[in-house]
Amino acid sequence: MSASSSNLSSALIAYQRIEHSFDSAFGAGLNPWRHLGALGFLFFWIVALTGLYLYVVLDTSVDGVYRSINWLSREQWYLGGVLRSLHRYAADAFLLVTLLHLLREFLLGRYTGFRHFSWLTGVPLLWFIYISGVVGVWLRWDQLAQFSAATTAEWLDWLPVFATPLIRNYLSANAVSDRLFSLFAFVHIGVPLLLIFGLWFHIQRISRAEVFPPTALSAGSLLALLALSLALPVTSQAPADLSLVPGLLPLDWFYLFWQPLMFATSAGVVWALVIGGSLLLFVLPVLPHAAAAPIAEVHPDNCNGCRRCFEDCPYAAIVMVPHPSGIAGRQLAQVIPDLCASCGICAGACPSSTPFRSTAELVTGIDMPQMPIGALRQDVERGLAQLEGRNGIVVFGCDQGASLSRLVGEDLARFSLICTGMLPPSFVEYALRGGAAGVLVTGCREGGCAFRLGNRWTEERLAGLREPHLRARPSRKALRIAWADRGEEAELADVVEDMRQALAAERLQNTEPIADATADTIVSPARTTAHG
Amino acid sequence: MPADQALIKLSFSHEGKLVSACRQRSAEELAKLAPNMRAPMDCPRGRSPVTVEIDLDGTPVYRHVAKPSGLSEDGASTVYHRFPVQSGEHRLAIRLNDDARNAGFNYRREETVNLKPGKVLVIDFNQETGGITLQ
Ligand code: SF4
Ligand code: SF4
Repeated sequence: MSASSSNLSSALIAYQRIEHSFDSAFGAGLNPWRHLGALGFLFFWIVALTGLYLYVVLDTSVDGVYRSINWLSREQWYLGGVLRSLHRYAADAFLLVTLLHLLREFLLGRYTGFRHFSWLTGVPLLWFIYISGVVGVWLRWDQLAQFSAATTAEWLDWLPVFATPLIRNYLSANAVSDRLFSLFAFVHIGVPLLLIFGLWFHIQRISRAEVFPPTALSAGSLLALLALSLALPVTSQAPADLSLVPGLLPLDWFYLFWQPLMFATSAGVVWALVIGGSLLLFVLPVLPHAAAAPIAEVHPDNCNGCRRCFEDCPYAAIVMVPHPSGIAGRQLAQVIPDLCASCGICAGACPSSTPFRSTAELVTGIDMPQMPIGALRQDVERGLAQLEGRNGIVVFGCDQGASLSRLVGEDLARFSLICTGMLPPSFVEYALRGGAAGVLVTGCREGGCAFRLGNRWTEERLAGLREPHLRARPSRKALRIAWADRGEEAELADVVEDMRQALAAERLQNTEPIADATADTIVSPARTTAHG
Repeated sequence: MPADQALIKLSFSHEGKLVSACRQRSAEELAKLAPNMRAPMDCPRGRSPVTVEIDLDGTPVYRHVAKPSGLSEDGASTVYHRFPVQSGEHRLAIRLNDDARNAGFNYRREETVNLKPGKVLVIDFNQETGGITLQ
């Protein structure tokens, strides 16, 4: 392993520690780290809505800009002042979650292959956010705005493209005109419109994109911003006066950090960072990386056109086309190779994936060539045959979550799928009917599925809320779901141990075969993380 | 910037004089040109670079030769330079040349300025209002 990749993996481990530490406070499902993109949307809309009010109040004349914005904070603090503060804090939060979203996806290696589109369409969004944010600062036209506008002009003038240097707009009060502020307002509103378009583009290749965080997280975020706005209202500094050097300024470190940097270094250095950074982000997806895995493959004879794979594919990589059999109305799934993430979630959705089918060779409707459902059935049969007596536990996990190779015991049969979402629920019943005392299903933590929806669909299918659903109703002890990320193998081992004991205790009390799935009381599967 | 300083900003955007005047083409020269190019006068569009010098209290502090912009060097020359000075009284001498055909400086201005701390003094150039301006 090269030094840089080992640095990266230690950064990833460090990051995951942080992410996991939020689970105890927020719960896995509401962990903000797993909703950074959706939080970005939320903050954007807060900025947009509060901005509407500010725009109504804004007077874009030279004399009016400062007065109108300052009036909000002074005379109308209870409404305009709060909205102004919300506008600014939500803009900061928007930038922050966007940067963290980028960092997270980078650390998780989610920028190559089928993800390159989302990555590449995300990079320009950062520029849009910066442009509208920085120009927004100027609309206060106080000393900070004066400093920032002049600094930006100097920075842009470094490029030999403007016939008249932009800095001449800020030399003296005479140079500043009403038109300038109309231009600022135009950019400050126009660029976010481009941003909406860019955001829409950014999520084109994923289905069911989360464009709004879970309600509790949204409400909590809004309340936090509101509390901040009330506790620390945003105010203007002294009005801009171009005949004076602005004094010491409290800077906006989110949007303006590069301006003191420019004074400490030079405009050229800042340009090099911006251009170099953007180029780096753009070339990342095309740098050499592991070869793409084989994509899903449809077997028309086994596809009845039920559309379940189409519904469940997290990347909108399936379209329904007329079936070649020519039967009127019958459809066939078709995979769009460029969009397919090779996750196997479609195979888990297909009704033809049930191992109870009486064909000697199980061929399903949509399958992964590298791990066909037919081969999985054979593996499970072999694994069951090796389990000793009736105490065995079958573990279904995935290559993305906690590694199953660290689980040891003669009583275990382990199957690591591409994604847990690839597991047809009927396999759980098949394992129990085939002699396993219990089944443990694991995969990435809730909300953290490497293929977005795998653990969500699995949970819903096993709980009978989604097709294909688990027909059997195993007891809470016989079927456990324990989500655990890579690196949490020890915690997963604890769950297995706990399960062994629970099953053993049940065996003592109950001489009835617990593996008879239909004999148990009706319970939805116990849902836990590896942490309980 | 320390609190007891003031800032001087020099900025102008000015088109230097043409490098050379128009010249009558001789009959021979005209004959060599393509028929659609036979203008009797040859008027080069190139402009002079603009040279500017500043002395502060008798010491030269800045000198710059600003080339004309544009591919054929026929645009304005622009300068932007800022430098902090101690607040208080200073003797400023500014010299500017915008004509390559003349040596020396065709615009000069000397002034004693009293700069308050934090004050920005802008040195500009505007031909219509008589050359070098201070504000
Ligand atoms: S493998 Fe995954 S991405 Fe590809 S078609 Fe199936 S569900 Fe969609
Ligand atoms: S889930 Fe299976 S049967 Fe249904 S459309 Fe997809 S491939 Fe065909």
